[in-house]
Amino acid sequence: MSILVNKDTRLVVQGITGRDGSFHTRQMIKYGTRVVAGVTPGKGGMEVEGVPVFNSVNEAVKKTEANASVIFVPAKFATGAIYEAIDAGVKLIVCIAEGLPTIELVKITAYLNGKDCRLVGPNSPGIVSAGEAKIGILPGNIFKKGKVGVISRSGTLTYEIVDHITKTGLGQSTCLGIGGDPIIGTKFIDCLELFAKDDDTEAVVIVGEIGGRDEQDTAEYVKKYFKKPVFGFIAGKTAPADKRMGHAGAIISGTSGTAAEKVKVLEACGIKVGETPAEVAQLVKNQLA
Amino acid sequence: MKVHEYQAKNIFNKYGIPIPKEKMCVSVDEVIAVSEELGLPCVIKAQVHVGGRGKAGGIKIAKTEQEVKEYARQILSMEIKGLPVRKVLVSEAVSIASEAYLGIINDRTAKKTVMMACKEGGVEIEEVARKKPEAIFKIYADSLIGFLPHKARQIGLFLYDDSKTAFACAKIAEKLYKMFIELDSSLAEINPLVVTDSGELIALDAKINFDDNGLYRHPDIEAMRDRESEDKSEQMARESDLSYVKLNGNIGCVVNGAGLAMATMDLVKHFGGEPANFLDIGGSSSPQKVKNALDILLRDENVKVIFFNIFGGITRCDDVANGILEAKKELKIKQPIVARLTGTNEEKAMEILKEAGLIFTQSMDDGAKKAIQLLK
Repeated sequence: MSILVNKDTRLVVQGITGRDGSFHTRQMIKYGTRVVAGVTPGKGGMEVEGVPVFNSVNEAVKKTEANASVIFVPAKFATGAIYEAIDAGVKLIVCIAEGLPTIELVKITAYLNGKDCRLVGPNSPGIVSAGEAKIGILPGNIFKKGKVGVISRSGTLTYEIVDHITKTGLGQSTCLGIGGDPIIGTKFIDCLELFAKDDDTEAVVIVGEIGGRDEQDTAEYVKKYFKKPVFGFIAGKTAPADKRMGHAGAIISGTSGTAAEKVKVLEACGIKVGETPAEVAQLVKNQLA
Repeated sequence: MKVHEYQAKNIFNKYGIPIPKEKMCVSVDEVIAVSEELGLPCVIKAQVHVGGRGKAGGIKIAKTEQEVKEYARQILSMEIKGLPVRKVLVSEAVSIASEAYLGIINDRTAKKTVMMACKEGGVEIEEVARKKPEAIFKIYADSLIGFLPHKARQIGLFLYDDSKTAFACAKIAEKLYKMFIELDSSLAEINPLVVTDSGELIALDAKINFDDNGLYRHPDIEAMRDRESEDKSEQMARESDLSYVKLNGNIGCVVNGAGLAMATMDLVKHFGGEPANFLDIGGSSSPQKVKNALDILLRDENVKVIFFNIFGGITRCDDVANGILEAKKELKIKQPIVARLTGTNEEKAMEILKEAGLIFTQSMDDGAKKAIQLLK
């Protein structure tokens, strides 16, 4: 088992004819993902990597029964692409596109309210259920089927930590990047709720960073409700205040949202925090060995 | 992106939020001319992108012509927290009956736009939120409908007992919300919002930050960027589509991805070194981008060692390698380079760089240690 994505997931790729869209469609198929459709308005009737292209997500869903979408369109069009996917009735939208204005996420959040649809991202590297399917841009070769769930606000840092976990001999159930923006569709807690019900996941690693208080809220949730062991890593201990560190959400405002503050709350809630990516993997290994 | 108070006030003015009579000046002569227009006393305020300018002596009330000259000269030649003051805002002195706080942000946790009011003006709102959260009145906008008039009136009635002032404040709150949404702001504050002796409401100070991701649809806001007061390297980085933040150490870091870039700095520090910077070369990085990155990094004379930490996914290691090779030739890099290039096309990268005299490593732990070792 796994969460969110598995070998039965039927994926539509929005922006499939673009450079990134077509490249990653090939990679996703290679990993075993069932990519059933692509969408680029105006390019309906084409094929990319053997996948039929449609003019709208609605048409793609009707003809191929796609139930998940991944978005590879430029930021300017990504907001529209998300609404189109919601209206077409897919259950999961993974937005790889980055650079969406925050206010658009405020509106999308309200629009999603009450609908049976989940948004992951924006600015997400994607989701991998090891050995089953991958949606997005994560490099497939570093994953190994196993028992560790990984949730992260970052992309390459996730790869680093996953790679360490794999090298200790352990593997992953599902690994997902939730995105580095201030407002995102799916947060750490949403993922933990799913991991709680997944029998194959025995431990979870959360990879956080400076900015906001999602990690703190998550830690308090873990303490109260989550029964499986959780491990943490927080990036940005050396980050100065009031400077955006790449991700739109990675900013210490005045004195709030520092790495030190987050580590303190995590540890107080019983989450072991690794000082380095290698150390996190070792902590998990020690627990599960 | 931040704008100065005088720019924020101009925007307020366009949206019908009342501001004092005032004008931005860049020279002592201009200050004198404006003070004659406005009459005395007048307030001279330094326009710099740092907090605490009042405490630093950057805000003065001039009561005589002599004081206008003296303060203008003083403030226009001072530095506040390392930033030279190049502009001042000269403003009529307003008689203050009461001060309040009115602000608006997108709340990350609630995922909604929230208006905040506090009966104390001139406060640091995060400080109040920590120490006396009950003093802040919060009201959420409906994300699809907007900020309804009755909610604006609630804000007004929280701040003021008399209904005339309360409803005037409600109008200001509605305008502030409209501005916030239309311009993709990330923060807008009227702090303080004052009631004058004659009962008028005025935004005495203004702060607006803009969402960097929204700037593409507001070229007029982008044009307000104060490039002169910006760090030159950070400016170059922005123009080359790189993220760079200068720190005080001597190990220059070049990394793909913001999270890994932060983790790399932290790791250098963890093993006893000092990172010189945060630098994210982004996802699909071309050789040109790597070259630009090194160009920016080497403007910092403290950099004694360069540490490349690349985990290739969409970033191709051979692209990075070609960038390093070109940069070595063109920029005459003397500093040793420790390179950890793993992932997509890593073998090709090794082939490209085998004659380049780099110090290769397999892991980021080892890379950080080697970089520190080289400084000894």
